[in-house]
Amino acid sequence: MARFIKVAAAATAAMLAIAACSSGSDGGATDTPAASGTEADVAAALEKGGSLTVWAWDGTIKDVVAGFQKKYPNVKVELNSALSGDKHYTALQNAVAAGSGGPDVAQVEYFAVLQFALGKSLANLSGYGADKLKADFTPGPWAAVTPNGGVYGLPLDSGPMALFYNKEVFDKHGIAVPATWAEYVEAARKLHTADPKAYITGDTGDAGFTTSMIWQAGGKPYQVSGTDVTINFADPGAAKFTAMWQPMITEKLVAPIPPWSDEWFKALGDGTIASLVTGAWMPGNLASGAAAASGKWRTAPMPQYEAGGKATAENGGSSLGVMDKSANKALAYAFVRYAASEEGKDLRIKAGAFPSTTKDLTSPEFLGTEFPYFGGQKANEILAASAQDVVSGWSYLPFQVYANSVFNDSAGKAYVSATPLADSLKAWGEQSAKYGQEQGFTIK
Amino acid sequence: MTTTAPAPHKPYRRGKQRSVLLTLLTSLFAIYSLVPLLWLVINATKTPEGLLSSFGLWFDDGEFALFDNIRQTFTYQDGAFTRWLGNTLLYVVAGAGGATLLATLGGYGLAKFDFVGKRAVFATVIGAVAVPGTALAVPTFLMFSKLGITNTPWSVIIPSLVSPFGLYLMWTFSAQAVPDEMLEAARIDGASEFRTFFQVSLPLLAPGVVTVLLFTVVATWNNYFLPLIMLRDSSWYPLTIGLNSWNDQAQTVGGEAVFNLVITGSLITILPLLAAFLFLQRYWQSGLAAGSVKE
Amino acid sequence: MTRRSWIGWQFIGPFMAVFALVFLAPIGYSVYLSVFRTRLVGGTSFVGLENYTNALSDPQLWQGVTRVGLFLAIQVPIMLGLALVVALAIDSGRLHGKAFFRVTIFMPYAVPAVVATLMWGFMYSNQFGLVGNINDALNITLPEPLSANLALASIGNIVTWEFVGYNMLIFYSALRVVPASLYESAEIDGAGAFRIIRAIKLPAIRGALVIATIFSVIGSFQLFNEPAIMRPLARNVLTTDYTPNMYAYTLSFAGQQYNYAATVAIIMGVITMVVAYVVQLRGTREN
Repeated sequence: MARFIKVAAAATAAMLAIAACSSGSDGGATDTPAASGTEADVAAALEKGGSLTVWAWDGTIKDVVAGFQKKYPNVKVELNSALSGDKHYTALQNAVAAGSGGPDVAQVEYFAVLQFALGKSLANLSGYGADKLKADFTPGPWAAVTPNGGVYGLPLDSGPMALFYNKEVFDKHGIAVPATWAEYVEAARKLHTADPKAYITGDTGDAGFTTSMIWQAGGKPYQVSGTDVTINFADPGAAKFTAMWQPMITEKLVAPIPPWSDEWFKALGDGTIASLVTGAWMPGNLASGAAAASGKWRTAPMPQYEAGGKATAENGGSSLGVMDKSANKALAYAFVRYAASEEGKDLRIKAGAFPSTTKDLTSPEFLGTEFPYFGGQKANEILAASAQDVVSGWSYLPFQVYANSVFNDSAGKAYVSATPLADSLKAWGEQSAKYGQEQGFTIK
Repeated sequence: MTTTAPAPHKPYRRGKQRSVLLTLLTSLFAIYSLVPLLWLVINATKTPEGLLSSFGLWFDDGEFALFDNIRQTFTYQDGAFTRWLGNTLLYVVAGAGGATLLATLGGYGLAKFDFVGKRAVFATVIGAVAVPGTALAVPTFLMFSKLGITNTPWSVIIPSLVSPFGLYLMWTFSAQAVPDEMLEAARIDGASEFRTFFQVSLPLLAPGVVTVLLFTVVATWNNYFLPLIMLRDSSWYPLTIGLNSWNDQAQTVGGEAVFNLVITGSLITILPLLAAFLFLQRYWQSGLAAGSVKE
Repeated sequence: MTRRSWIGWQFIGPFMAVFALVFLAPIGYSVYLSVFRTRLVGGTSFVGLENYTNALSDPQLWQGVTRVGLFLAIQVPIMLGLALVVALAIDSGRLHGKAFFRVTIFMPYAVPAVVATLMWGFMYSNQFGLVGNINDALNITLPEPLSANLALASIGNIVTWEFVGYNMLIFYSALRVVPASLYESAEIDGAGAFRIIRAIKLPAIRGALVIATIFSVIGSFQLFNEPAIMRPLARNVLTTDYTPNMYAYTLSFAGQQYNYAATVAIIMGVITMVVAYVVQLRGTREN
């Protein structure tokens, strides 16, 4: 046995010869890839037919697939919806690295579009006429899918933020619906004092929530111009948010319940967590995950920093993009267009999706929908208004998927130690900057 | 590596006084082992609402939903669970069966033949096992995708075919269980080595084979990480990944929270393994005994 | 006793062929990857040993190594000690219902890590889980199992729960083949139960102890499943670099830093081999 390390090392070294495969993608320059194809190609592809693979976890896509195949019987669409979130991007990036095995069409959340566009994983769709659809969509989602002058997908849904709250709990403790953040923090204190088991909301450190909150506060911690990236969490907007939110953490006014866990849903259902400030896609999740509280919840506009203000932000939301490696990009685009701006979109709205198309956000039918979960309230009126008030000028990092995945390593310290939120966010910025540098970006 | 066979021994249990104190102390430990399983059984009887509102270690007064949960587990998403169960069985039969065959042949070869590079074989196997498997997942994935076998059952089965611990166990077991004289006799009779192996040695190796089979069955049945990376299409998922995808499902837009099915599915997942262990106890314990006493 | 020929390779050959494909080739590929660097901006370039020098001074990696080192130093002795005590108790013949204990204590081994972590995660919860239930029922406040101070111990508990039975069985099986004649003569000499354990049983199962220790050492250094699956419940504590294996996973899957991840994997492999080798050397020295 004495020789085993030596022998193992020798055997390992010998395998070098076998392993002389390529080392994956040769990485990309960052110029906008020329858009390939034309609108005529799309029509021809639909004429010719073929098969497509779609990776999307959104529950409404299956209706789109059925509708698309019915309309174009010679197109066969295979939908794969098993993975979501981090696992979805991991699989997507693995397929890109391997150079095969990926889908033709993929769901990509807005925060991730820039990263996949920059890595040339997503195709620029402007040649197919995607750039002409600009007017159909609300500005926030459209800006997210069109970084660096290309069109890297079409907006599928959107997540303009609003306040969802448990009216029964609020009424019981005589809490008025907070219109400003100062009132919200005050309401949090009042509720937790009245019932130490109840919290106004839950927060254990969430990158999406934090960035959206900074967005609403007018912060612009990320500035991206080509490969030049500025990361600055000392920005006034970020400071405004941390000053407001710090007492929520310090005074333990936020429930330490990890989001999306079974107990989180229970807490939403039994009044332990009395409100959420989140994206417009939330109602469906409340109805299925916290059914016990059906009828008790209501929707209200997102609290403001200044009384009478009208600033909101986007939280979550996804686009549908065409993979650059797809063998049939024209047909893939036809599917994306169908799902995002043609009949497929109507099917999705019918199934409960929150749209990003201007026309639907203003249609009387959509605005008049009554939500049983919200006691018959026409919640879309508030949500659609929020979509109009999203603060412009926000940008995510070209490596936001990574940055979000390590959020809790650094920013999370604010929740489990005495580190102030502002400092922990700066540490997150530094951690992101280090990664950006390693990836060859110029970080300022 | 000594290879003397253990002397047959009489059970050393006669005339011992049973100790209540020792039994109680060991019981504490048995309770520790059982409580989480008890939790699983109890909570498999609850509705989604009961799951969250009743005491964790007791039944929900309101409803006893075990049978409803089981029915739902098998019918939810057009019977995906049944499909995953079938996949798991496929991976277990092909993966664990193949791993046991390879380990038995290999262990026997190491124990009964002297050949060039024999020392290097074991050293290489032990050395390679020390490298973290999770970190090798990406290179493996990239290689497999070049071979075009990702997202196919092969990508799960092939890595399952190697059981270094099984190889080690069969090596030490073969050394003791198959007397060299018997092999010499067979050789003098002119039997080929493989014929000797199947006709003379294999019956003697049975307890060891059952032991290795059980360990590889557990390993493939519980395999999580590699299939997670290799498989994209949920129709090839094994149970572990399928259950975790149900667990994750609550957090997708429009996704349904089905924690009750996750719990019931978990219970159903471990039952076949427990049953296999109970039924095959006698065999695998003697196989393990011979293997573990040696170094 | 054995025949020197190539026939041995015919038996070990199939195993080694698959082994080469699923272990050696990826390791070789990792070594290859570890001397390159691929950037999102700038592409792939040869960097020689730069990844290694970076890793050697990477605090994220060494913090993880220290953590699993601590885990190894505490959890492994506890787990193996418990396994040994239970094995000796069952082997002593003084237990009522021996078969019952043997089976129940082994049972957790059959539970997939995903399921085990899910169950314990629920029980650890101080809101609605068992810890919460107990707090409510007794009106006390138990410490949070997944807080910064206790998380490692809580993970140690899950790993212990999963593997005590497995190790117990290895020890118990080894004890069963200790020739009974050895005990009988010792008893005639008037040796007590503890002396028999120390003088006869433990030396007799030294081989099993060494093997179990080596496998536990490897398991500790590769700690991944339990903290990774538990992570959604305590992201601020169970960071993405909590263990070296999780760090390598994050590097490659979240960060697409395949090259650096491969470097970390190789360094961890070497460390694990060295520690396992030392255990082996110490364990067998007196033989």
